[in-house]
Amino acid sequence: MSTELPVLTRKDFQSDQEVRWCPGCGDYAILKSVQTVLPKLGIAKEKVVVISGIGCSSRFPYYMDTYGFHTIHGRAPAIATGLKISRPELDVWVATGDGDAMSIGGNHLIHLLRRNVGLKVLLFNNRIYGLTKGQYSPTSERGKRTKSTPIGSLDNPFNPLALALGAGATFVARSVDIFQKHLQGVLVEAAEHRGTAFIEIYQNCNIFNDKAFEFMTEKAIRDEQTLHLEDGQPLIYGKEKNRGIRFNGGELESFVLGEEGSQDDCVVWNAKAPNPAIAFLLAQAGPPDFPTPIGILRSIEQAAYEDQVVGQIEHEIETKGDGKLEDLLYSGEVWTVGNGDDASA
Amino acid sequence: MSTEAPPSGKKQAQVATETLDEVVVRFAGDSGDGMQLTGTQFTSTSARLGNDLATLPDFPAEIRAPAGTLPGVSAFQVRIADYDIHTPGHRPDVLIAMNPAALKKSIADLKPNGILIANTDEFKAGNLKKAGYEVNPLEDDSLAGYRVHTAEITTMTMRALEDSPLDGRAKNRSKNFFALGMVYWLFSRPMDTSIAWLEKKFKNRPEIAEANVMAMKAGFNFCDITQIFQTRYEVDPAQLPPGTYRNIMGNSAVSMGLIAASRRSGLPLFLGSYPITPASDILHELSRYKTFGVTTFQAEDEIAAVCASIGAAFGGALAVTTTSGPGLALKAEAINLAMIVELPLVICNVQRGGPSTGLPTKTEQSDLLQAMFGRNGESPMPVVAASSPSDSFDATLEACRIATKYMVPVILLTDGYIANGSEPWLLPKVEDLPDLRVDFWTDAEGFAPYRRDEKTLARPWAIPGTPGLEHRVGGLEKEDISGNVSYDPDNHQRMTDLRAAKVAGIADDIPELEVHGDVDAPILILGWGSTHGSITGGVNIMRAAGQKVARAHLRHLNPFPRNLGEVLSRFDHVLVPEMNGGQLALLLQGRYLKKIDSFCKVEGKPFFRDEIIQKVKEITGSEHVN
Repeated sequence: MSTELPVLTRKDFQSDQEVRWCPGCGDYAILKSVQTVLPKLGIAKEKVVVISGIGCSSRFPYYMDTYGFHTIHGRAPAIATGLKISRPELDVWVATGDGDAMSIGGNHLIHLLRRNVGLKVLLFNNRIYGLTKGQYSPTSERGKRTKSTPIGSLDNPFNPLALALGAGATFVARSVDIFQKHLQGVLVEAAEHRGTAFIEIYQNCNIFNDKAFEFMTEKAIRDEQTLHLEDGQPLIYGKEKNRGIRFNGGELESFVLGEEGSQDDCVVWNAKAPNPAIAFLLAQAGPPDFPTPIGILRSIEQAAYEDQVVGQIEHEIETKGDGKLEDLLYSGEVWTVGNGDDASA
Repeated sequence: MSTEAPPSGKKQAQVATETLDEVVVRFAGDSGDGMQLTGTQFTSTSARLGNDLATLPDFPAEIRAPAGTLPGVSAFQVRIADYDIHTPGHRPDVLIAMNPAALKKSIADLKPNGILIANTDEFKAGNLKKAGYEVNPLEDDSLAGYRVHTAEITTMTMRALEDSPLDGRAKNRSKNFFALGMVYWLFSRPMDTSIAWLEKKFKNRPEIAEANVMAMKAGFNFCDITQIFQTRYEVDPAQLPPGTYRNIMGNSAVSMGLIAASRRSGLPLFLGSYPITPASDILHELSRYKTFGVTTFQAEDEIAAVCASIGAAFGGALAVTTTSGPGLALKAEAINLAMIVELPLVICNVQRGGPSTGLPTKTEQSDLLQAMFGRNGESPMPVVAASSPSDSFDATLEACRIATKYMVPVILLTDGYIANGSEPWLLPKVEDLPDLRVDFWTDAEGFAPYRRDEKTLARPWAIPGTPGLEHRVGGLEKEDISGNVSYDPDNHQRMTDLRAAKVAGIADDIPELEVHGDVDAPILILGWGSTHGSITGGVNIMRAAGQKVARAHLRHLNPFPRNLGEVLSRFDHVLVPEMNGGQLALLLQGRYLKKIDSFCKVEGKPFFRDEIIQKVKEITGSEHVN
């Protein structure tokens, strides 16, 4: 099939609409990554659909020269589900934010994940409400001072990855807006996953929550604060590759290679592990005592919802035959008036 | 077609047989007594005998309210006749009371000298107390005005099933079929329809089928032998228009209407729904029709249900969501999205008593204004209402026709009364159903998402997967033709006007309002939705008595038929009976500045014919009315 497709470039996925995010917004980098990856997937452009909810990130579809649907707050997963179930051959992406997906749309997100509908969910997590001008979000850290919480927020934040794993997600990953190469790699893996692919993307809002991810993106400390999850590889990090991650009892701990243990002690990463327990530990690992894991936390095979929906219909038609409208209307107890016939069952 | 003699093996008792033109029977018992099933069986048999009929189920919202209590009473009323009838009747001629609570709730409705069949086994101290009786009403003079027939229905059922392998509880559950057997005897009906139904239903549990058949026959034979009734009755077949009939409930008619619309449009049917009384049966029924390529999606909530349907509509499906009043409220924002992105969608609201959770199992028409206006901003949407169980089929096809032709969400209103009520349906020929074929836009040359059809003002339906038509839609106001986001004030005015004009223009594509009865009458009774039967029945009686009266019924609530204003102006009085606080009256008065006599009722029950007649009498001062 791919030989038939015209060769596409990033430009083919850029719409004629002026991009109107604030200058310096992390969304630009994510848009660029998506537009870079899509031409490489061997998918016809007309089969790509981007569906979003409400919020800064949800303006995403307007900038993509694909089919797009900018819907209502929190409901993108539900609308995309309907589209994907009825048109499984389409490549459907959901662009959403932490407020859109975790707050008003939380219910739809967890049900999407448990069903394993074949959608690619890009969660732009900037830990703030941007479009409504700076209120705390469900991923804001506790004690956050914002316009609506002048003396600090009281809510515990959601951890999106832990939430996704808890909801039974079959593909869970994390990347960062400015880590372009890494993000693009994750997007490619997500695109190839059958079922729901959930990607949390740390995204800087330079207006209302600037430097929210500086603890790991700052160049000088980046290597010490980031743990790359690579399948089949031991969990090792640091500029000098001198730190490892190992189990200590039921906990993960970071240790100095050579001094406190050897590479053999390290956890060897397996995103396909049937049991999500280690992924769950990693999802919640982070500063100050731990580097922030990025990459694919979970990628398991499970039947996609839409395939099963179609399968049931096809099986019914195969075993019982194509439905005949006349048979349906005239089913059950019918009787005839006017030609002298007796009632017939 | 004639009523066959019942297949009784026993000697025929010496009783008189009387022929009636109509009869109303109410089966009443505890929620667990199977009264809905019993009533449905009596209905099916009567339908097969060719009677015209109408049914009214009345059951509590609780699945099993405490046994023996008044809130736990479940009833099923059916009216059968040898002529064309429109309502399930008001007061029963025959009441079957399976316990004291059922008697207490229904006895006031029973006609004077009506027949009461009571299950004496349940008229014991505990149940009498639960129903609020200090003295057993079967043993004092309180029922002197009725023909009371008592029977130990439970005891006799258990005795009849002595040899059945079922346990005591299961045997006890067969007592409704004993009662059904008695009523079959009373109305000279054969049992074979019910026997066939039981054998099919319990194909894999033959012992259950057998027990119920045995109980039913025992009830029948009990009447045959004991002569507890002095008279048997017959109701001849009705003279209905020729054709093939089946009995149909409104929810089922909606389901079949959707399948028919799918087949006639060539679009796959997608139903997104969340269970809600009294609409869930449409979801149940459509989920069984996968051989028609139907996708049913039980969503996580009402909002997701409509949203999934909107996604399916974007993808080119015939998209539908079904709900009731509270669900419609939850869906409002999403429906508004479908309105502004101009995608076809049918929202079926099976109305129930409101506000809030209200009366889930009772009927009402109080969502008309919600359907019209229950969204933010200027959000015009077509509204179509079904007027009877079988009419729900045609109304559904009409809603689908408007939605796909005009690229607009349409609200289809039915209500609990017609959703669960049933009547004979003259089955249409498939080839006579409307042609709903739809053409998706495929031509990239000159394509613009909001370039409208000049006649319908519909925008093109360009579905994902079509090369060269990649475009974006959304809830933000869009620029005329291009569909790009626009905050321009003139454009917003233009788009608001266009959306309104598109819906208003549908008036040219629907039939004019037809007036029935006396065109020179002083009064027009104008109805919408499920009041059709009561109004028609009332008008027929008034006219038969020599009174001049006219009636008309609205299928389209938005836009109204183009001649509605002119019709209203012709009559001195316009009476609008509604099961709400006067919602259609408000619309009519606002639109046509015509004084309306609003007749409102929200008792969870449909209008009775006699109430309509009485009201007309009050307004016209006529003395011709019976």
